[in-house]
Amino acid sequence: MKTESGQWPLWEVFVRSKQGLTHQHIGSLYAADAAMALGNARDLYTRRQEGVSIWVVPSGEITASSPQDQGPFFEPANDKVYRHPTFYPVPDGVENL
Amino acid sequence: MSKNLKVDQARFQLLLRLGDNALILGHRLSEWSADAPALEEDIALTNVALDLIGHARLWLAAAGQAEGQGRSEDDLAYLRDVRDWRNLHLVELPNGDFARTMVRQFFFDSYHLLLLEGLACGRDTEIAGIAGKVVKEVRYHLRHSSNWVIRLGDGTEESHARMQQALDDCAPCVPELFEADQIYLDLESLSIVPEIHLLKSEWEHQVSGVLAEATLQMPEILSAHTGGRQGLHSEYLGYILAEMQFLQRAYPGASW
Repeated sequence: MKTESGQWPLWEVFVRSKQGLTHQHIGSLYAADAAMALGNARDLYTRRQEGVSIWVVPSGEITASSPQDQGPFFEPANDKVYRHPTFYPVPDGVENL
Repeated sequence: MSKNLKVDQARFQLLLRLGDNALILGHRLSEWSADAPALEEDIALTNVALDLIGHARLWLAAAGQAEGQGRSEDDLAYLRDVRDWRNLHLVELPNGDFARTMVRQFFFDSYHLLLLEGLACGRDTEIAGIAGKVVKEVRYHLRHSSNWVIRLGDGTEESHARMQQALDDCAPCVPELFEADQIYLDLESLSIVPEIHLLKSEWEHQVSGVLAEATLQMPEILSAHTGGRQGLHSEYLGYILAEMQFLQRAYPGASW
């Protein structure tokens, strides 16, 4: 499978570094199909014991916010510091908050 | 010759064969570095090359110990002349196009995996230990090369034709894989190596399955290249050694 430019399609790669953590976006690569994308991701991104699980997603399937959305999407949060949990006293001995 | 001495020498030869196959094929694959059809594949091939060179270090270090003459893995890799190499003809075949490289790799990986699985349950604990350690990497090598054989064989008209040509190029090197000389038969009778006829029938079964899926035909083998295990090589090996050994020959003992 090739795209119109003659290049293989682009895939986004997500790797989970160890059990219990979430998959993190780690990079992208070209591959003809999903099986090849997984193989390439294994060779490109997990050579140094970085992962225990890989997801690959066609880049075209990702819906992204655009730079023009910056204002309506993100700016309203700027003056709402009360949304951060910084106004609560943290009881002694709480390790994970 | 005492029985133990004979076994020691057979072990030494077996370790050389294993190490030499890994080192020469690793060197061949390293020639693709920065030259593969896609960046991703470049890294995949270099990974396989590095795996094989890592295997060669283990086998040749063990060979040096088995020989008992104080030769290190580097001495064996860099200071032996062509007639002292024990690798198969298959691994010295030039890369050719990507199709040739993949067929060569697929033939070797299929053989390599079966051989290592056999060695890993063999009676020699040192050899079984090394085989058990490297076999996981080889399982991935075979997966990688089989995927390409299927993809390109059952691909476009051009990729199919190139793969069929590559099969014709590599087929004469196949009979040598399953030749058992006296050294092999001695080790077989000690249950150190897998039985050669099982290795052969299993290889043929697995390879024909993949080739069928790839819509490719295994060509009839009319002539065979053989003698690598006895030190009789094609002209290609001399060029490989010239490149690989140049530094140690020009600057003996150089290290960094």
